Amino acid sequence: MEDWRRTPLVFWVTSLPPTLWLVVFFLIPLALVWVMSFGELDGLIDIKITGTLANYARALDPLYLEVFGKSLVFAGFTTVISLLVGFPVALAIVFASPRWRPILLLLVILPFWTNLLIRTYALIAVLRVRGFANFSLEWLWDQGNTVLALMGLGSYQLLGDRFEPLELLYNNTAVVIGLVYVHMPFMILPLYAALERLDRSLIEAALDLGASQFRAFLTVVVPLALPGIISGGILVFIPALGSFLTPDLLGGTDSQMIANVIERQFKGANDWPFGAALSFLLMYLTFAALTVRALVNRRAERRGGA
Amino acid sequence: MAHCKPFRPSRRSFLAGTGAVAAGLTFLPKAGFSAEEKVVNFYNWDTYIGETTLDDFKGASGIEVNMDLFADNAELFAKLKEGNPGYDVIVPSNDYVERMVAANMLMKLDHSKIPNIANIDLAFMNPNHDPGRVYSLPYMWGTIGIGYRKSRVDGVPDSWKWLYESDQYAGKIALLGTPSTVIQIACKYLGYPLNESDPAKLEKAADLIIKQKPSIKVFADDNGQDLLLSGEVDLTMEWNGDILQVMAEDDDISYVVPKEGGLLWEDTLAIPTGAPHPENAHAFMNYVLDAEAGAAIADFIQYATPNAAAKALMDKSYTENPAIFPPDETVKNSEVAIYQGPEYSQLIDRLWTKINAA
Repeated sequence: MEDWRRTPLVFWVTSLPPTLWLVVFFLIPLALVWVMSFGELDGLIDIKITGTLANYARALDPLYLEVFGKSLVFAGFTTVISLLVGFPVALAIVFASPRWRPILLLLVILPFWTNLLIRTYALIAVLRVRGFANFSLEWLWDQGNTVLALMGLGSYQLLGDRFEPLELLYNNTAVVIGLVYVHMPFMILPLYAALERLDRSLIEAALDLGASQFRAFLTVVVPLALPGIISGGILVFIPALGSFLTPDLLGGTDSQMIANVIERQFKGANDWPFGAALSFLLMYLTFAALTVRALVNRRAERRGGA
Repeated sequence: MAHCKPFRPSRRSFLAGTGAVAAGLTFLPKAGFSAEEKVVNFYNWDTYIGETTLDDFKGASGIEVNMDLFADNAELFAKLKEGNPGYDVIVPSNDYVERMVAANMLMKLDHSKIPNIANIDLAFMNPNHDPGRVYSLPYMWGTIGIGYRKSRVDGVPDSWKWLYESDQYAGKIALLGTPSTVIQIACKYLGYPLNESDPAKLEKAADLIIKQKPSIKVFADDNGQDLLLSGEVDLTMEWNGDILQVMAEDDDISYVVPKEGGLLWEDTLAIPTGAPHPENAHAFMNYVLDAEAGAAIADFIQYATPNAAAKALMDKSYTENPAIFPPDETVKNSEVAIYQGPEYSQLIDRLWTKINAA
């Protein structure tokens, strides 16, 4: 590594803009919110900073802890499903021919070219009762009936006497589908980065030594991809934990996540100090997740070094 | 109130808002000694002005109207609470007028600059939320009731029971996503006043909703009419104007204010404190209250106008439409939401969190 002391000017010039950016647009606003979380409402607009812990005490009420818990479950499911779906996709991209690889990667990030809100509305159009998913199912149902009729079984109504559309929208499943859909690229890209570096001769060696494909995958590929799995997991878990748009638009009466509660504090409830306290509790949870990653990384490094 | 609104205009209005701030900043120093630049910044609900009103106003006065959109009163309030980002005319609902007056967020109006006030029906000139109309003028009014699909519902669902305490239409019901409204109407159904503030009774109202949750499909964020139109639900609690807009597209949809009474609301025109162009704001409000202009707006957005002169210009399909102007009996049973202070807002939010978490 280049020693910055030898070229101090270059160091200062290049690091000043990002540092300023970070301080002005991230640390200062964050500090303001943090201070606000120790405040009390004074009338409708003013907030008195009294150093009170009442906001945190309120946030630790079982009611809100339950909402935190539910958000963790949503984010957890999202992460696991993203991993299960994303891993084969990342593997497929790694093993695709070099000509296809950039195109496949482009396809993974393509959704980012569209605004999240518009993608979520598109999902509504897919999932609703008169939506594309149900249209497709209905079409299949019609085809199935035609086939049955051709086989002379048309009068038995084996597929039910009319097509019942599935209730896909406005429930917790819809929320998880939405979260997985939105966050999948964050899982695939780090997995791809980890798997691409993987030395394929190790897999060959495992196979040569008599391991089954599955065994080779579990004992060679997965451990080597672990950094990618952890990075992807973190990148999916953290934003999923703080989602409010997806549960708001796709969820039913049971789908409230903690960010929905926080949003309301800054709007309808007009209780910014409480919203700030909830935000910071959410951030501490996030830090906890990052700490876990750091610990796992360190352990992996130590094992690698030994 | 808020309408067929597919997208929240967050980014757009942010950009326009920053533009408005810039305009406001460059303008402020000379405000004292020169005429205002020919601009008025209007912050409105979506589809809530006549098709050509803004252009017509520009033609008549030479003043350019920049319109930004907000999705609900909470958003309007949050946007203005840390200081006016440059808006001249806003459209808060009755209880938010009270809230904003309490927070010194509205300017007193100069009635002498708005001669068209004479057009307003006198019944609207001295409401509880703004006695003497010091801060706000009525723009549109209406009710919250039940929009329903006739072919899927037995008779007319003229009781809140069908939404709050019955499983006959389980899974085909949408309530509004506005916590206070949903809880207030539950109070109404239980026989309490709409503005009940006793925590124990509010708790009972919340319990009623929690018990009904398995039958409720969704708390719709201002898109109940779309859910009704697309067949997602068969009954929805909604603003009358929203349902009227889909009634025009689908004969099978109708609207009723239940016999227990509904919620009456009034949207107003007001000038937020710190408005950079107060003169233009008064001129714009005067134009909106003009008989012809007001009739054009009412004809397009299909809400009830408090403008008697404008109403006189409208035909019967508007003035005698019970979904726009409900029967007197209904109006008598209905109530107006009152702003009840921060503790009430916090209690409502806590109950709403509980309802959603249960």
